[in-house]
Amino acid sequence: MDRYRGNSQAIADLVKGHAVHRDVYVDREIFELEMEQLFPNCWVYIGHESQLKNTGDFITSKIGNQPVLASRHRDGQVYVLHNRCPHKGVKIASEPCGNTGKFFRCPYHAWSFKTDGSLLAIPLKKGYEGTGFDTDQAARGLTRIENVKIYRGLIFVRLAQEGLSFEEFFGDALSTIDNMADRSPEGELEVISQPIRYMHTCNWKMLVENQTDTCHPMVAHESSAGTAVNVWEREKDNFSETPMAVQLYAPFMSPYEFYEGAGIRVWPNGHGHTGVSGSIHQDYEDVDGYQAMMTEAYGKERAAEILGDIRHNTIYFPNIMVKGPVGILRNFIPLGVDKTLVESWVFRLKGAPDKLYERALMYNRFINAPTSIVGHDDLEMYERAQEGLHSNGNEWVNLRRLWEDDEPEETTEVVNGTSERQMRNQFYAWRKFMVQNMDQAVEAAE
Amino acid sequence: MNRDDLIDFVYDEAATIDQMRWDDWLALFHKDGRYWMPLEWQQEDPILQPSLMYEDRLLLTVRVERLAGERTFSQKPKSRCHHLMERPRILSMGEDGGVHKLRTSFIYTETRGDLLERYSGWVSHELVEVDGTLQIKLKRINLINFDAPFSNIQLFI
Ligand code: FES
Ligand SMILES: [Fe+2]
Repeated sequence: MDRYRGNSQAIADLVKGHAVHRDVYVDREIFELEMEQLFPNCWVYIGHESQLKNTGDFITSKIGNQPVLASRHRDGQVYVLHNRCPHKGVKIASEPCGNTGKFFRCPYHAWSFKTDGSLLAIPLKKGYEGTGFDTDQAARGLTRIENVKIYRGLIFVRLAQEGLSFEEFFGDALSTIDNMADRSPEGELEVISQPIRYMHTCNWKMLVENQTDTCHPMVAHESSAGTAVNVWEREKDNFSETPMAVQLYAPFMSPYEFYEGAGIRVWPNGHGHTGVSGSIHQDYEDVDGYQAMMTEAYGKERAAEILGDIRHNTIYFPNIMVKGPVGILRNFIPLGVDKTLVESWVFRLKGAPDKLYERALMYNRFINAPTSIVGHDDLEMYERAQEGLHSNGNEWVNLRRLWEDDEPEETTEVVNGTSERQMRNQFYAWRKFMVQNMDQAVEAAE
Repeated sequence: MNRDDLIDFVYDEAATIDQMRWDDWLALFHKDGRYWMPLEWQQEDPILQPSLMYEDRLLLTVRVERLAGERTFSQKPKSRCHHLMERPRILSMGEDGGVHKLRTSFIYTETRGDLLERYSGWVSHELVEVDGTLQIKLKRINLINFDAPFSNIQLFI
């Protein structure tokens, strides 16, 4: 029985601001609606342009439950296509990335397509003469997705025909991507390695929320970062300098006061970030020569401004997190109501010293890998939540920390860094994009 | 060291892990020893290519102490593991600057609660002699599916 489909009021009622109903994490119908409504209505990240250097290069991805494909055409443009043969639906590209040469060829009956998606050839074409094939949607080839925006190399796609423009959707939140790219003396990022992948048996939103949850590190990560700090205290006399590893682990143990002061900034449409005026990334050792490179590229003042922006985690609603000062992007890819694939990508700053890339790779395996002890702490909590939420003891998840009665929803503001404000901000956006166009869709179907 | 000493070392090392004798295990590492799990096929560089793990003794000590921590919730209940190994192949008997090299095919099983995960691949050992005993300079684990999205791998392969 459908409880939520076509019932925008029932969906809206799941979000009360200071609380959300457990169905947003555990209900299968809600998950299906997220795939059908929420993801298509939003601008979703699918990859980085540097993964498509040469003509014929392609990457595959998913938006909600829709398989998509991006390829570099010979006109130099990137086209994003539905990854589905117009003949019988076979997926055209099955690898995460590759080079297809001049055209894609379907492995089933060898229909072929140019890298902009248009139909190139069909074997025994004669068989279609006089069938009206020319007017068939299939004759146009792979269906192209119109709403594509490449911003500082990051490729975003909106599946829905109608909706907010890229600029309206992200607004000032793009400043984190700018800062990450500006950290390259050339102003450009590139992807030169595979992501670390990590499978989570929990709802995708738990991961997204955790990125701006500043009340958990000193508690949940006492086991990992806490132990690291203890071992270091004991061993440090044997070292002449603080290893990069300790610099990365130790700030996780910062006290509540630190996070409170560091602040959280929220933006409209569910975006926001931790670490406004301080962050766990602020005290990393300088890398030889980097400062001089940046000054040369941008001038002293601008370079200081770029490097002084040490934002912690920035959420781009719905499902990526960007760590500007480290150059990491995490993609929380929903596979099922209780199954999420996490891909953590490291960007290399073009023209910057290797040491920065080394540090980013190290951070990624310390924090974001299935072999990461910090990750073990977090995943354990998500899994327990995914189970615990089935309890009928209380149907509501509490998000009341620093909540105010008349909390504005579509606004930019900076608040106390231990607030659950950004999680609520995400849910205001969640409600908005879940029900957007829903009533029209129902009317049209009637 | 003769061939049997080297082969026995590899089996004994796995046994310290399976028996969760962590301090004995750490003691097998040279002071500059490394434990490495690459993330790329035939990976050459642990620094500028991504890895699942690349840890020195300090970091391995953190992991081992964490396993026993009172607030280590991902170890309530505790994980256990088992190594099934083919006979190690000796690739070098110290010809390479005194480094003994072995390669061993394995199946590793890690279990926690009702879950059981299995991993397989090859482990390479680079061993050196210090005061007449063997120590691990490098233990490298090549999983056959290094690029798969795993859930938690909490112990040591
Ligand atoms: S399904 Fe693709 S050519 Fe037939
Ligand atoms: Fe965490």
